[in-house]
Amino acid sequence: MMSRKELDLWVGLFVAIGIAALLFLALKVAGQSSFSASDTYQVEAKFDNIGGLKVRAPVKSSGVVVGRVSGVRFDNQTFEAVVSMTLDGRLQFPRDTSAKILTSGLLGEQYVGLSAGGDSANLKNGDTLKITQSAVVLENLISQFLYSKAAEPSPAAPDSKAPDSKK
Amino acid sequence: MHRITEILEGLGSRVTGWIWRLGFASRFFWLTLRHSGTAFRRFYLTIREIYFAGVLSLVIILVSGLFVGMVLGLQGYDTLVRYGSSEALGVLVALSLTKELGPVVAGLLFASRAGSAITAEIGLMKATEQLAAMEMMAVDPIARVVAPRFWAGIISMPLLAALFSAMGIFGGYLVGVRFIGVDDGSFWSQMQAAVDFKEDILTGIFKSVVFGIAITWIAVFEGYDAPPTAEGVSRATTRTVVTSSLAVLALDFVMTALMFRGI
Repeated sequence: MMSRKELDLWVGLFVAIGIAALLFLALKVAGQSSFSASDTYQVEAKFDNIGGLKVRAPVKSSGVVVGRVSGVRFDNQTFEAVVSMTLDGRLQFPRDTSAKILTSGLLGEQYVGLSAGGDSANLKNGDTLKITQSAVVLENLISQFLYSKAAEPSPAAPDSKAPDSKK
Repeated sequence: MHRITEILEGLGSRVTGWIWRLGFASRFFWLTLRHSGTAFRRFYLTIREIYFAGVLSLVIILVSGLFVGMVLGLQGYDTLVRYGSSEALGVLVALSLTKELGPVVAGLLFASRAGSAITAEIGLMKATEQLAAMEMMAVDPIARVVAPRFWAGIISMPLLAALFSAMGIFGGYLVGVRFIGVDDGSFWSQMQAAVDFKEDILTGIFKSVVFGIAITWIAVFEGYDAPPTAEGVSRATTRTVVTSSLAVLALDFVMTALMFRGI
């Protein structure tokens, strides 16, 4: 039978490396986000189309993560999507800050991009962003492109050749 | 005709027997909780059981964690490289380990390594009338034998699951970054961007606590309820492994479905 002291040592060692593993998971794997949950404020923005934006998607300004999307719902009065965002309380944005829905990379996830405006007053908890730009939907983009192509005075090639022949 | 009634009778007695056992198991759970005071007042008893359930399971947990992580690294790389996103390997390994594989596989290993030992020990104590002897000496066997084992399982299980996940991520790193050559920086940074402490890691820890409760509850109950014969103890040990493995998998599905927020 093992002595009591030895037993305590082994169990202490076990608990210590268990806690070390938890710390590793929290710090190295999850990279504990820089802002704590307590020090935040909420703002909302209305979009015509949010594309594939998901809850917990990052909110970035100049490429730096400044918050997270905390909720997406549909406003049945204005028929728009309402995106609520939780922003880092240490960062202040002017009231005329605009929000865009952007995509990181070609196939990457979608995020909200904030561009600061020039107002002297800052956003407060519960404010709504006035200037927004919806997500780019590939189908709309293609149809716009096709319509603009169809509207152009057909082949551009003869026009460009014309000045050449004059020379 | 006689045959059919026999079958029906057998079926009925099985069902009632099963329900009776479930009721007894629930009462036993409550009794264990009520007599848990001793497990904390004389914490040495619990520490001794943590040694048997936790420390002795360390080797199997660490080694299998490492191998599971290494396999995830290899297989994940194989699929991800086709889409030109092999940097997402860290995300794949970390999320699948912390949310699912860590708690579940550690739970299955814990059930077969520690759960079976608990059942066999308590069952043998009962068969050799040690539990009856304790009662004769006015020592409550539930407080002295069952509760420390129960709490030791609940304390050990989350630590073992965390160790399994950490070891698995290290295995994935070893294969992905060291052997195959995925970029070191993007392996970790993509992982840190995608894994959320509250949503992913605490979910996994919560799961492992629930598995710890389920496995040790089944193990101590099967041991306490085992027929006091050699055959009875062996059957109880088998039942512990089968029932607690199924319980882990079923509870995992239920908890994942409850916590699933896929909008």
